[in-house]
Amino acid sequence: MSKHVNNERRRQAIYGWLLLSPAAVMLTVFAFYPSAATFWSSLFSRHTRRKPSEFVGTENYADLFADPTFWLVVQNNLFYAAVTIPVSIGIALAMALWANSKIPLRGFVRTAYFTPTVLPMIAAANLWLFFYTPGLGVLDQIGAFFGLPSVNWLGQPETALWAIIIVTIWKEAGFFMIFYLAALQTIPEDLKEAADIEGTSRWTYTRRIVIPLLMPTTLFIMVNAMINSVKLIDHLFILTKGGPSDASKLILYYIWEMAFAFFDAPHAAAMTILILAVLCIVAAIQFLYLDRRTHYQ
Amino acid sequence: MSKLSHYIESAGAILLAVIWISPLLFAFWAAFHSTSDAVNFNIMSAWTLDNFRTAWDGAPWLRYFMNTFLLVTLVLIGQFFFTTLAGFAFAKLEFPGKNLVFILVLMQLFILPEVLIVENYAMVSRLGLFDTLFGVGMPYMASAFGIFLMRQSFKSVPIELHEAARIEGCGLLGILWRVYVPLAKPTYLAYALVSVSTHWNNFLWPLIVTNSPDTRPLTVGLSIFGAPENGVDISVISAATLMSVAPLLIAFLVFQRQFVQAFLRAGIK
Repeated sequence: MSKHVNNERRRQAIYGWLLLSPAAVMLTVFAFYPSAATFWSSLFSRHTRRKPSEFVGTENYADLFADPTFWLVVQNNLFYAAVTIPVSIGIALAMALWANSKIPLRGFVRTAYFTPTVLPMIAAANLWLFFYTPGLGVLDQIGAFFGLPSVNWLGQPETALWAIIIVTIWKEAGFFMIFYLAALQTIPEDLKEAADIEGTSRWTYTRRIVIPLLMPTTLFIMVNAMINSVKLIDHLFILTKGGPSDASKLILYYIWEMAFAFFDAPHAAAMTILILAVLCIVAAIQFLYLDRRTHYQ
Repeated sequence: MSKLSHYIESAGAILLAVIWISPLLFAFWAAFHSTSDAVNFNIMSAWTLDNFRTAWDGAPWLRYFMNTFLLVTLVLIGQFFFTTLAGFAFAKLEFPGKNLVFILVLMQLFILPEVLIVENYAMVSRLGLFDTLFGVGMPYMASAFGIFLMRQSFKSVPIELHEAARIEGCGLLGILWRVYVPLAKPTYLAYALVSVSTHWNNFLWPLIVTNSPDTRPLTVGLSIFGAPENGVDISVISAATLMSVAPLLIAFLVFQRQFVQAFLRAGIK
């Protein structure tokens, strides 16, 4: 009998590893090895025609920390995160509450909110270009109607990052909405009835009962929004290219520029490692505070 | 009083919806009018298809469409293959080292492929896959997210079905193919919708690993076509943009319910 159990165990182990190995190979080649290689190459100097690359320890990191552009980009990205995360969560919540209540044209409203999610960021940027173009753009025409002067939204440092932020919020809010919608539908009806009997106003009911019950969903969305604030940079390529004078440059765009426009892979690698460290912190938050999966069903 | 607030809220909701959809509506308007009519918002002006003609002649769009189509198909087939096998192993088999490997896979959820562009570019070049559709698709095939999704789905299959198939003389791969895969159909559908719309829209990585019209997907083609250096006007850009989002957008409008369900299911993880 124990021989049979042993055989079964061995069979499972062999099958387990056999089934796992294709994915394991792919993950190693395109995730784990590159992460390690990024760290390794961040410790070497740039290979040039005159000088081969040599071990420099943390020098690349020191260079970054001494580079004012790097700090500007970090600051931009923090600002980008600090605005896009709460605003898109707030709008998503409002959208979900509305899309879940009895309003006319509900089907249209839901579709309108969600549509940006299926568009590529590049297309979204093209659509918004029509809004931002100075003189001809929709925003300027509306402004002109009220007698306001023409504004070069994308071309001046004070507004460029805001223009980028608005496109991001427009893109992600509808996506976050659907998670709130799903969560709203799990809130039991009797809570609403009890609140009605107590004579609670709709606003109090929303604030004291609905929003606390949505807390796990909010955390989940927040983690996604944090990841997005690193990842959603495609529209920079169309709208501002990080300009003017780096006012709208974000970290991932800077990495791309460093590696593929300035051909400075070691500094790009050092920056990548810093982002990975931040993402690890986000992961830790998710694992520590998020009881996964259970909130929706 | 509450009736009044109901009206105000309805108006707010609809106003927000109109604002949200307006970039698309303006692009639609611009695409069907000459540039000067478009920017002057001349309601009475004539509709035209010239912008689409100009846009279509301006770039090898058919090739781009083909590339995007092949790319999303390739990625999807790869993902189904790798994530089914790995997800099954994690869900239903016991083997030493399983938990450790699973934690490693979960870690990959946060190592975004987008962030590793520098080394992945080096890797793809080393493998001789630079400027090929395989090069664009491969880093996404063994998606940790997909493995996780499949694992969850396979876990919910009752063990009785598994046992029954085994008694009937089915091997392990046979059980996977005949019992688990058919039962996980909704998960596959959800995953497919999310994967297709992700990769249809992906930009940064294809931008880096493609270098010729023969491999370039739509997003990269669109960005090159619309680059200010090319001096294309707003109506033509709008036409090109609408053209390239049309297939996915129409699919979304038709299968809206399934799309929303899919994103939801995928987000739940």
